[in-house]
Amino acid sequence: MAAPLLQTRDLSMHFGGVKAVRNVNFTLAEGELRCLIGPNGAGKSTFFKMLTGQLEPSQGQVLFRGHDISHAHAHEIARLGIGIKTQVPNVFDGLSVRENIWLAATRIHPSGRVNDVVDEMLERIDLTGAAERLVGQLAHGQRQWVELGIVLSTDPELILLDEPAAGMTHEEVYKTAELVREINRSKALIVVEHDMQFIRMIAKQVTVFNQGSVLVEDAVENILRNPLVRDIYLGKQAVA
Amino acid sequence: MNARTLNFLGMGLVGVIGVAFLILTPRFAELDAVLELTIYMIMAILALSLALIWGYGGILCFGQSAFFGLGAYTYAIAMFNIGESTVPLLLAIALPAAFAALLGYFVFYGRISDVYLGVITLTVTLILFNSVNSTAGPEFHIGVARLGGFNGIPGIPPLNYPGNRTAVIDLEGMFYLSTAALLAIYFGLRLLLASRFGRIIVGIRENERRAELLGYDPRAYKLAIFTIGGALAGFAGCLFANWGNFVSPTIFGLAQSAQIIIWVIVGGRGTLIGPIVGCIGIQWLTTALGANQPSGSDWWTRLLANAPLVLGIILVAFVLLVPKGLVPTLGDFGQWLLRARTRRTTSALEPKQAEER
Repeated sequence: MAAPLLQTRDLSMHFGGVKAVRNVNFTLAEGELRCLIGPNGAGKSTFFKMLTGQLEPSQGQVLFRGHDISHAHAHEIARLGIGIKTQVPNVFDGLSVRENIWLAATRIHPSGRVNDVVDEMLERIDLTGAAERLVGQLAHGQRQWVELGIVLSTDPELILLDEPAAGMTHEEVYKTAELVREINRSKALIVVEHDMQFIRMIAKQVTVFNQGSVLVEDAVENILRNPLVRDIYLGKQAVA
Repeated sequence: MNARTLNFLGMGLVGVIGVAFLILTPRFAELDAVLELTIYMIMAILALSLALIWGYGGILCFGQSAFFGLGAYTYAIAMFNIGESTVPLLLAIALPAAFAALLGYFVFYGRISDVYLGVITLTVTLILFNSVNSTAGPEFHIGVARLGGFNGIPGIPPLNYPGNRTAVIDLEGMFYLSTAALLAIYFGLRLLLASRFGRIIVGIRENERRAELLGYDPRAYKLAIFTIGGALAGFAGCLFANWGNFVSPTIFGLAQSAQIIIWVIVGGRGTLIGPIVGCIGIQWLTTALGANQPSGSDWWTRLLANAPLVLGIILVAFVLLVPKGLVPTLGDFGQWLLRARTRRTTSALEPKQAEER
């Protein structure tokens, strides 16, 4: 059997005495869409940082299609095909929307084609009209879309989304869910999200983090019914 | 009028003024004025080197004077040993560039943060100052060139036309060379910054982490831009050694290092023309204040004769009142005027028409 797209073995991260992530064994198949949930401080963002080379694991391994990337640099991992949209929009605030997308697209497209690719992406994220505006001047939701556009423009095999629906209006959340499903037709995704409505819209398989380790991994309908999960995290939200 | 047209208009204006200045100055100005303007042009090249790496690369370097001084010393030493200026000129560019690359390698690949980068580059400059300063004895020489310690190296032979050591470039020739070089470097850097490489450099300045997560190695890009900056400063140093036929360790001094940063702050970071304007303006002012020897004993005459004090006041005033620098602030003002005019024309139209605009 071919190696899974992404696999972690006993992955751990210690900050001084604090174990932010401990012994996580996680596997993601090619083309899979996985949701990651868990209370604040459960280690989801730290986990993402280790997958993208922003933090070097204290212990354990990250394998991407069988290659060990545990100690690779962030830019090397990006070139292998892992893209990330961070929790707080991480964009080039002082540059125009078009320049933001261009900076991403120019890494993989030849100079003759890159402008067409940028135009297509602007259309796709619905920001053609705002193309020349500075990203720092856009509304929060729009900046989220810019970052999504940036990440998609480098055409990664695996996309990590850290709270893509945070701070969005109901309509924007719906649009984002639609986009995530569309992306999933050709790419694998891991999505960290708190919004249960959003998770219901997109998820099949869900992994629950608690206190740095994987608490449970199951299909979304079972997770929503799991009393343990309700206890630690969902509370009244799931009932509502 | 959009930003693109404005951009081209600005470049055209710089080109026209630059070429007119290049052609007309020696015809109308006295030789001592031409000489004075030549040093402004040379220092403007030095200012451009910092404008590039600080304003576009986001690297605050206190060490431009180290590269500048290395270029001057390299030219002087090589010239005494070789006698024909082509190789010394190239060495005066290559050696500071190599030094910048080496220093940059340790700094960027060691992931040293911005503040420490400033401290390290300043320290390197002062180490060079002290080292060269203590080479006064006859035992300190490279080939036939004596380093001269704090006395410096006098009587440096001037540049000649490539391959012909008797065809020496005279004072007027130095003006043409320096001004043409400044223009060529200005437009060359504009091209560089408009290229893929230049746009990625600006992306890294704006958000290094994001650039990294897109697959760019910021260390390599910063090293490249830092090396180019070192090469430009070295070239300026070579011209400087030619201009006065003299170089001394003060070229590595704290005052020189600080001055370059002041030019860029006053002129405006993130532009190329700003630091040129800042450099020429401040140098002109320094010269004017220096010429203004205290003739009376009034306190203000003595104050004005104290150039460092006046420069200090200017720097503080700019940092507090015009933090973006002269050129960007003028640019903002121009845009504000443009918008105000658009608003007036819009409100003068019928409401229906105004909506359609």
